[in-house]
Amino acid sequence: MKDILVLDGISKVFSDGISVYPALSNISFAIRKREIVCLMGPSGCGKSTVLRIIAGLMKADAGMVHSGVCDEPACIHAAMVFQEHGLFPWLSVYDNVAYGLRLKIRSFKETEIRKRVTTLLFLVHLEAFSSSLPHQLSGGMKQRVAVARALAIEPEILLMDEPFSALDSYTRMELEDEVLRIRHEMNTTFLFVTHNPEEAVYLADRIIVLSARPATVRDVIPVSFPYPRDIGDPQVIEVIRLVTRMVTSKEK
Amino acid sequence: MGYLNSRNIMITLPQIIKGLVIPVGILFIWQLLSYQIHNNFILPGWGEICSILFIPGEPLFGGPSLLENSFYSLERVLAGFLLAIIVAVPLGLICGWSKEVYTYVNPFIQIIRPIPPIAWMPLAIAWFSIGFGSIIFIIFIGSFFPVLISTLDGVRVVRIHWLEVAETLGATTTEKFLTVVIPASLPFIWTGLRVAFAVAWMCVVAAEMLPGTSAGLGYLIMYAYNLGQIQVIVAGMVIIGIIGIASDCFFRIGQARFFSWQGKE
Repeated sequence: MKDILVLDGISKVFSDGISVYPALSNISFAIRKREIVCLMGPSGCGKSTVLRIIAGLMKADAGMVHSGVCDEPACIHAAMVFQEHGLFPWLSVYDNVAYGLRLKIRSFKETEIRKRVTTLLFLVHLEAFSSSLPHQLSGGMKQRVAVARALAIEPEILLMDEPFSALDSYTRMELEDEVLRIRHEMNTTFLFVTHNPEEAVYLADRIIVLSARPATVRDVIPVSFPYPRDIGDPQVIEVIRLVTRMVTSKEK
Repeated sequence: MGYLNSRNIMITLPQIIKGLVIPVGILFIWQLLSYQIHNNFILPGWGEICSILFIPGEPLFGGPSLLENSFYSLERVLAGFLLAIIVAVPLGLICGWSKEVYTYVNPFIQIIRPIPPIAWMPLAIAWFSIGFGSIIFIIFIGSFFPVLISTLDGVRVVRIHWLEVAETLGATTTEKFLTVVIPASLPFIWTGLRVAFAVAWMCVVAAEMLPGTSAGLGYLIMYAYNLGQIQVIVAGMVIIGIIGIASDCFFRIGQARFFSWQGKE
């Protein structure tokens, strides 16, 4: 299967005007279509920075982000779901999901928007809440709306920045299953930052482990168990242990 | 804390009754005292006052009626208030959005703001002559700053996170401004309007009390004072209070209706 996103030697240095803090050092990896790749690493190692560079919220100091779909650097078509849902509190669920479709770069017709938004609200099981305001929803429902809003613009890849870490564990498990179902139904590709080894092993085709700052790609762990996975299975537990050890160990 | 933070605008019957205890008590004491003093130039009875209030359409002292005077005042307030909104809201949006513009404009605002609107009256008369123009100017000055300051605050607390979300979905700078900054600051602007209207209402009455005006509630009160018609003064004050409460209710209902999302995410 062809690569949909290629990171080629990405480096990033932060500076506060007095001293410089190297954050990312020569990060390279590729993601294939329909893959779920989890990005892990010690706290503060720069996982979110990687996502922000791909999303275009930040520029890399060196290296390139290529799209497998076209060669133009500007055409990487990524949408992002944040840890904080970031729903616009003044818009209804429907209008939040429609937000990206109403922007000038897409300028869809209202009938086309209606079709897409309705489909997406069904996909995330929120069709009954289309006119609710975000503050009337639970945390898990808000995050579903955020996922639907990101999916609405039909991104090549969905960047997930610890999207479920603020939710209770039951809701989190439910949403993890949603991710697998969305991939199954829409062939979506995911790059998923998480702190949670169980979540990573439950979801990922591959787990990329970053080192501590400045982050480099330390290891790539393929996870080949068939879906749906049982995190109580001894073999799965073994991989979870391995991942946990890799993320927490100090050595480079 | 707690009870003051409650956003519940529903008021129960026992609450209404409790709230009425003090006003009714004062009315009762007033009535007793006026009976005792028995001098309409000091404390007219409520019968006298109501005889004015219940015929608001009748001409007073051969001039405009209570109702007509209220309309004059309201007309002036609305004109000055709308003018202030037209200037202050766009200016506040721009100043809040652009650090550069803010740096230029803020010191000037801080210098002008503490001057009480009424202190502008002599200059206003010199520039716009006595009457409509100068009163509008005073109201404009009085309502301009609350609207400006709250619009500025509204823009400055727009969450970066919302702007980033909009950006990742493909919004241009203009779109971010129109679809995130403006809606996110609207509740603040609305609060500013509420404060500004209250200030404007005080300004109009004060400005109308100054020499040279010939209509309006402030004028009526001063005119009645010169004629020793205390019951008309009190009737005018009651109307001023009623219009003040009504406008505040209007803004509160608008707040509950359109901005219930504010602060709850």
